[in-house]
Amino acid sequence: MGRGWGLRVASGAVILFLYFPITIIFLYAFTTEAAAFTFPPPALTTRWFGVAADNPAIWEALRLSLTVAAITTAIALVFGSLMAAAVYRTRFFGREAISFLVVLPIALPGIVTGIALRSSIAILDVPFSLWTIVIGHATFTVVIVYNNVLARFRRMSPSLVEASMDLGASGWQTFRHILLPNLGTALLAGGLLAFALSFDEIIVTTFTAGQQQTLPIWIFSSLFRPRARPVTNVVAIMVVLVTAIPILLAARLARGESGGRIGARPTAGPGGGAQ
Amino acid sequence: MAVATETIPIARRVSAFLYRHPGIKLVLLLSPGLALLGVIYGGSLAALLLQSLYRLEEFTGLIVRDVSLDTLGQLTDRAHLDIIARTTAMAAAVTIGCAVVAFPLAYYMAKFASPRMKTLLYLLVLMPLWSNYLVRVISWKLILAQEGIFNWFVDKLALDGVLRWALGAPMIGGPSISQSFLGMWIVFVYTWLPFMILPLSAALERVPDSLTDASGDLGARPPMTFRKVILPLALPGLIAGSIFTFSLTLGDFIIPSVIGNSTFFIGPFVLLQQGTAGNLPLAAAMSLVPLAIMTLYLLGARRAGAFEAL
Repeated sequence: MGRGWGLRVASGAVILFLYFPITIIFLYAFTTEAAAFTFPPPALTTRWFGVAADNPAIWEALRLSLTVAAITTAIALVFGSLMAAAVYRTRFFGREAISFLVVLPIALPGIVTGIALRSSIAILDVPFSLWTIVIGHATFTVVIVYNNVLARFRRMSPSLVEASMDLGASGWQTFRHILLPNLGTALLAGGLLAFALSFDEIIVTTFTAGQQQTLPIWIFSSLFRPRARPVTNVVAIMVVLVTAIPILLAARLARGESGGRIGARPTAGPGGGAQ
Repeated sequence: MAVATETIPIARRVSAFLYRHPGIKLVLLLSPGLALLGVIYGGSLAALLLQSLYRLEEFTGLIVRDVSLDTLGQLTDRAHLDIIARTTAMAAAVTIGCAVVAFPLAYYMAKFASPRMKTLLYLLVLMPLWSNYLVRVISWKLILAQEGIFNWFVDKLALDGVLRWALGAPMIGGPSISQSFLGMWIVFVYTWLPFMILPLSAALERVPDSLTDASGDLGARPPMTFRKVILPLALPGLIAGSIFTFSLTLGDFIIPSVIGNSTFFIGPFVLLQQGTAGNLPLAAAMSLVPLAIMTLYLLGARRAGAFEAL
């Protein structure tokens, strides 16, 4: 097992490489230096948290990010499940094209999606607004819900719905008592991931936001300001925490699902389709 | 029950109607998604093409909406070709770096880890993929800073000479690690690493143990087994991972803006042209480059059978 041992050490090193940098940002949210990142930090302080809390621009950006993420999640949930239902239940001309269309926004480099949306905004003279950001986010989050719900539909017997209707339940009752309980965790996992993805997004948002600042955009622009640098780190920590919670919850919900549907993003690559 | 009797007939009639007319039901189910992805997103891709055919009037700074190949032709200017070549070279170097760093962990996950360990590692690799990548890039800005932890380690381990030698090298070097292509490469490799680990580990899982055992029994030493047996069988996974590392590097503008000197890569160039430079047609034309490169790449990858490993 000599070789297994060496491999174990190397694997540990790779995991360390993946996680070590994140810890650094936590450390530098507490440094006393305003403009440099000396290691080890000369002293630690919590004053940057107060500075961040007193900055109205940060609160404004947080509010915008949360609003966008909430609306995006709602759209992704509805559109994604409807499309999954259509693709699952019926065979029709162009069904394969739909699977392709759904993954396209995450298969193409983000900058292509961003500049494409920016081009139509320019050509149609649409003013930048909350909705231009939301539409951009909706394009690449629909696939997350779609994949999750489609996977669940495939494990669910179609006769359940028919039996319910045969026994006299209304469409609403069937939806409420049969579909929703069965799809519940898939919807929740998909919704949480869509929320995290939207809350985090910066590439596409840069092109669809105009002058508005979401939290990631605020962080990005603050990188080029020389003053009070640890404030950026404080906000970054906040973003990590806000997104880590839904992701971990979704991973828990998706456990046991074939292949772990949280993997939808890395596996839904170009041409990978939502098989 | 008594409450519901009022509404049931209508709801019933609607569901019965939809049951009898699956075509209408299908249209209703698909139309919101198709409106978003087909009309808005598909239309935007068309707008992207159209925009790249417009051009900027130099003197007035206005965009002329005449269709011509002028803007696309500008891509063959020396400066623009340099940007494309530099970005493509970086994408290739990042892909190789990711493959090398990902291999041990992917192999361990596929062949040695217990099922429990595998689940844990899978989650550990997946987490950074979903968490904010801007934050992960910023953490590297802190690490690579002049007085930061990277240089502290280099100093403590007395590796200054090695670092100075590496930074002095043509092409990859620079005045400091955070302003060099070397630093940028490290951050790219770090950021896209999970995209390589996952498909690679999936491909390695499918390499039968009997083959590596047989290779060993027939007298091949581990390096030879690796080269002749494991690597060829893992190739589809490597290619699948490389699709992500390559595509993401080509289109990124965050990392080249935060790390590195201000030499242009495709991403920051597109950002500047559509923003302060006000030349959206040129930005659109340039963003067609990663699209074209990835299309070629995907056609090649499909021939190599990489899609089965996705």
